[in-house]
Amino acid sequence: MGLKDYCFKKSLWLFHFGGASCNNCDIEILDCLTPRFDVERFGMLLVGSIRHADVLLVNGSINKHDKARLLEIYHQAPKPILVVAIGACGCTGGIFAEGNTFAGPVDKIIPVDAYIPGCPPKPEAIIAGIVKLLNKKQTGI
Amino acid sequence: MVKDLLYYLIFPGFIFMAVTGGLLAGLDRKLTAWLQFRKGPPLIQPFYDFLKLLLVKETILPARGSIVTFLAAPVFALTGAALSGIMILLPAFNYTPGFSGDISVIFYLLAIPSFTYILGALAAGNPLASLGASREMKLIISYELTFLLILAAVIMKAGMTIRINDIIQAQVIQGPFIGSISGILLFIVLIFCIQAKLGLVPFDMAEAETEINHGAFIEYSGSAYAMIKLAKYMMMFILPSFACIILLGGMRVDGIHIIWTILKILGIILLITLIRNTNPRIRIDQAMRFFFIWMNLLVIIAIVLILFGL
Repeated sequence: MGLKDYCFKKSLWLFHFGGASCNNCDIEILDCLTPRFDVERFGMLLVGSIRHADVLLVNGSINKHDKARLLEIYHQAPKPILVVAIGACGCTGGIFAEGNTFAGPVDKIIPVDAYIPGCPPKPEAIIAGIVKLLNKKQTGI
Repeated sequence: MVKDLLYYLIFPGFIFMAVTGGLLAGLDRKLTAWLQFRKGPPLIQPFYDFLKLLLVKETILPARGSIVTFLAAPVFALTGAALSGIMILLPAFNYTPGFSGDISVIFYLLAIPSFTYILGALAAGNPLASLGASREMKLIISYELTFLLILAAVIMKAGMTIRINDIIQAQVIQGPFIGSISGILLFIVLIFCIQAKLGLVPFDMAEAETEINHGAFIEYSGSAYAMIKLAKYMMMFILPSFACIILLGGMRVDGIHIIWTILKILGIILLITLIRNTNPRIRIDQAMRFFFIWMNLLVIIAIVLILFGL
């Protein structure tokens, strides 16, 4: 693992994209940033601008309106960017998979690096997913 | 000649300031985490952030906006921070190669980073960035007058001299300036000025993350943002050391005095971090009122006290 890869993995900045979410996954993501779970000890930081982001967290079912916005956000992000689909809706579509306005799970729209299933996933599951993402050999750098 | 260049580039110049500033920024994040009962990132986290932004990330240029200004602004911010740091640290550590800085040059150089943030933000062509730039402008208008009054008071205390060396000498003879009532008042005001210059809570309205998404820096990415980060880390070291020099009796690095110097810097950083973690972000009009009325009043009281020899 070279210096570039090491520094990238030690300092992942997160950007949070909520689709048509029921807000449970959003709450669990915010739980990860609270003192009890504290993902900042891995160097992760929630940033407000997509230009600073290294990881795009996507949750909630993606409907036809969200699809355009998700694509725009993805193209605005500086590469390399990792995409994490969080929750049953992000991974597969969940109960909305056969809905009229559903525009496909996240990986049909943009490439996804990690999936964290659950409805909603516990903060422990999100941290486990993050650790798996960090241990992946190729992060595309 | 080569030795002078080493002073400027290695110690106490660019590399030393960057490393120390990065460590102090890491300490700031660690202290913040401890205050919130978290574990927090490692102390060298700012270096990971900087290297990641510099080496790994792509730099995106604005489609509508001035690309040259957008890219030149971080370079000038870094240059301004480095030059002001050298002007402050060379006399402080008793090296005098060539020009020995006076306090008005330092005042101008310390203002450069904030001005370049404004220029870069206005060149980005983003409405939120221009909002951040306008707030930064108003903030500069409010704190620079107070900062200038502090410098005037320090010059009066040191016996009408503007050379950093003479100010340090005056404090060696009559004791650090903070040992008097006027000195304590000046120190309180200077801490708030440093807070505003560093753009930390309660004066971080120019880059309010939760409100206008990093404001002035919203469009920066990759190596351009890395330079801005480096300039910010360096200011984190430069401004506390400037406070040390003009009020706390200088920074000596020989023998046992080095411990005192480190304790002074760490004390100021601790104070700044405590203020930043126990206060909410205030509105820009509240900040202007705070500096124009209350802080200026405190400095003027201090100046009157100095005239009476207190």
